[in-house]
Amino acid sequence: MSERDGMERRDFLSCMAWTGGGLLWSLAGGVPRARLFGPGAAEAAEDGGFRFAQISDTHIGFKGGANPDALGTFRAALTRIEAMNPKPAFVIHTGDISHAQKAGAFDTVKEALAGVGVERVFYVPGENDVFADGGAEYLSRFAAGGRGWQSFDYRGVHFVGLVNVFGFKAGKLGSLGAEQLGWLERDVAALPGSTPIVVYAHVPLWAVYPQWGWVTDDGAQALGYLRRFGSVTVLNGHIHQIMQKVEGHVTFHTARSTAFPQPAPGAGPGPGPMTVPVGELRGMLGVREVRYAPGRERLAVVDTALA
Amino acid sequence: MRIPITTMLVTTMTALLLVGPARAPAQMDTARVEIQAHGFSTPTLTVKPGTTVTWTNRDDDVHTVTSVANRFRSPGLDTGETFSYTFTQPGTYEYFCTLHPLMTGTVVVTPVRSGS
Repeated sequence: MSERDGMERRDFLSCMAWTGGGLLWSLAGGVPRARLFGPGAAEAAEDGGFRFAQISDTHIGFKGGANPDALGTFRAALTRIEAMNPKPAFVIHTGDISHAQKAGAFDTVKEALAGVGVERVFYVPGENDVFADGGAEYLSRFAAGGRGWQSFDYRGVHFVGLVNVFGFKAGKLGSLGAEQLGWLERDVAALPGSTPIVVYAHVPLWAVYPQWGWVTDDGAQALGYLRRFGSVTVLNGHIHQIMQKVEGHVTFHTARSTAFPQPAPGAGPGPGPMTVPVGELRGMLGVREVRYAPGRERLAVVDTALA
Repeated sequence: MRIPITTMLVTTMTALLLVGPARAPAQMDTARVEIQAHGFSTPTLTVKPGTTVTWTNRDDDVHTVTSVANRFRSPGLDTGETFSYTFTQPGTYEYFCTLHPLMTGTVVVTPVRSGS
């Protein structure tokens, strides 16, 4: 990659950080942080709200040149979650727990996250977690006999976990499928429009970059069931970088990985692990804290890098 | 000493079977496809029946080589790992990566023309 390409990518990422809802970058104890600016947004937890954490794309088992120690950076991410004050109520893992279903990866992540001192950890799978066996191992460990999609309520917020990595077809984009869409429509049908909704899934539900498969084929149909709600927050992984978009009452966020970065959309011949200078790697990996305060339409999203 | 004519015939026919033109289709052909930058280096590869195609993953990511019609299916291939399949029958074989389904390829196996 030429220096010119590198500059363009940095400029692009810089621009992306400022699009949509307005992320404010600052330094807190030497740690670069981004937070949604606006009156009192950062004080959500003191307003009777709560906080939760998002971790994504841990890719345990990855040993490529982009990060020979994905286990080490995963453990560094856990210390970031443990350091959150006040503690998050729970953690959501948005998939690619394992790198290509490497043996032992599910156990490693499940045991480690169970030790960070939160009430519960919720999972959705990435394609790396299901490609080899159609999801049999993932579902047996994480879905308690279900199909992997799930919903729950926490202190007035309705959370929906969706699965868009099953049954990939040649030349086609990932999708949710009719069965899951029907379930989603029924799941939210009885909720009043004032209920805050948080949707999480691995592959972005919005069209980040379809040429690289960074979209869910029937994501728009799912979002159609949520348009009537006054506050919808969509959390995704898969692309290993922070991007944000706002459409009406819907705010979309993609998260960093804890394992390796990927190129900005269209920067380079294709997606995949991106090797950066050693000193820059941890600055491109991280975890996320999401803060909810009753009465505020948008949740505050705070991304913390590992360096 | 006279050699019975039947013995001579059998000997000659055996020799023909061993070295004659009937051996040509059994010749081992090979072809290679590189997996790089989330793509297959030869998206459409044309080979003769009996050709063994070997895919090599040059990416930092895991990929698979999976037949759309379920004829062959590699495990997840890490960097540097290979997968081979021998195409014995003429036809068109479409395949893709089950991790990155926009990565697609085709192997076309052309019939061997008589006399060639």
